[in-house]
Amino acid sequence: MDFDFYLSTMWSVLKALPLTLEIWFFGIAFGLLIATGLTWMRASGYKLGEYFTRGYVFIFRGSPLLVQLYLIYFGLSQFDFVRHSPVLWPILRDPMYCTIVAMALNTAAYESEIFRGALRAVPVGQIEAAKAFGMSAFTRFRLVTLPIALRLALPAYSTEIILMTKATALASVVTIMEMMGTAQKIQHDTFRPIEVLTCAGVIYLLLNLSIARLFAWVEYRLSPHLRPPPEQSQQIKPVPEVL
Amino acid sequence: MEFLNDLRDQVSTAYALLAAGWGVQLLWGIAWTLAVTIVSMLIGAVLGSLVAAAKLSHRGGLRFIGESYTTVFRGEPELLIIYLFYYGGTQVLTGVARSTGSIGSTDILNMPSFLGGVLAVGIISGAYQAEVFRGSFLAIHRGELEAARAYGMSAWLRFRLVIVPQVLRLAVPGLGNVWQLTIKDSALISVTGVAELMLTANKAARSTHHSLLFYTLAGILYLVMTSVSTPIFEKAERYTSRSFMRPK
Repeated sequence: MDFDFYLSTMWSVLKALPLTLEIWFFGIAFGLLIATGLTWMRASGYKLGEYFTRGYVFIFRGSPLLVQLYLIYFGLSQFDFVRHSPVLWPILRDPMYCTIVAMALNTAAYESEIFRGALRAVPVGQIEAAKAFGMSAFTRFRLVTLPIALRLALPAYSTEIILMTKATALASVVTIMEMMGTAQKIQHDTFRPIEVLTCAGVIYLLLNLSIARLFAWVEYRLSPHLRPPPEQSQQIKPVPEVL
Repeated sequence: MEFLNDLRDQVSTAYALLAAGWGVQLLWGIAWTLAVTIVSMLIGAVLGSLVAAAKLSHRGGLRFIGESYTTVFRGEPELLIIYLFYYGGTQVLTGVARSTGSIGSTDILNMPSFLGGVLAVGIISGAYQAEVFRGSFLAIHRGELEAARAYGMSAWLRFRLVIVPQVLRLAVPGLGNVWQLTIKDSALISVTGVAELMLTANKAARSTHHSLLFYTLAGILYLVMTSVSTPIFEKAERYTSRSFMRPK
């Protein structure tokens, strides 16, 4: 065991953590935007929107993220209009942006299904009560449906976020030097894959565990009404034995 | 009109490329993808049931091992596990072979890419299958286990006649999900050089410069594989739960 090697590897991989987090953050943020749009289209009641969302979810959930990434990075640049477009080309020529686009499109499909499930799971009684109070559709959505649905979506959403952390490793196959790419490089230089990948693995695991912890904490804070009541402080004392 | 001509050209190019041998290659790619997925699912089923048993065990040590297994293999990037088994396997094999003197001190003994990939994907699949099996075991009605115990069935008999049939029935929908996940994970082992669908599409795209065509084809073929398996699993679900359906 030489600890110096472990320490230096750990440090080199950690230096790539900001890049991983950057891909992660933007992928999730844009994914959330697209997912909101998709959910809205699905819930709007228009047949066209519903079919579009169904098709989108079918395509992006049914094929591997790697295929989507290659298709966006290598495939789309074959179109002439992409290469001559002043907006699309700077995005699609950069592997970093391509990874973010692929991740956002992919996660949006899963998230829109999560949100749809959460919206459907809001108890009808709550909505009926809001209607009986005479709330307008917008107020009802803002004060009743949305808060309940968000809390219901949280566990599945946290799983999806963890899947996204794992997906950032795919950026290394399109030459991005994030944590996985850095680990790959060290591994090729030193030919000690087990040690290097273990170091990277520990960092990924800690990252995911802390994300899971964070979501568990948020969930705990958001559901005080579902917790069991605190222990009663005045316990009945056993009757002292008196003869 | 020009658009139609363009489209016709595209289709005829695609046809020519596929007829020139890439079509057959892609079909072989599908066969390898299915082979990888099936073997990984089987490895995962063995590991998954053992891990599920460990997680349900009364012994703290076993429970800890089971928990760590599912946490680690569901929390790590799939790519990392695949690299670990492929390159790490090469490291171990080379070390062993060099120390026994079966290869020279500068030679390298490579991990067979199929074996490395299948082990990695199988172990990941096992972590997800363990959760499925554990969930189905917990869904078995407690009364049935108690009844079996009251009949004086031995542990093995209870396992064979009460637990296994019901876990299998309850696990079918969950296993369908894991199957889809494993198909998609199998695309990642293209990085180790197994000639499955993704690597074939990659090779075709690189050598013909028609990346759009071949990656789209690969995507469509994956979609076909995942969507064909949905009705198959639905049928399996109907078959295994036939005694629980309402009579027509």
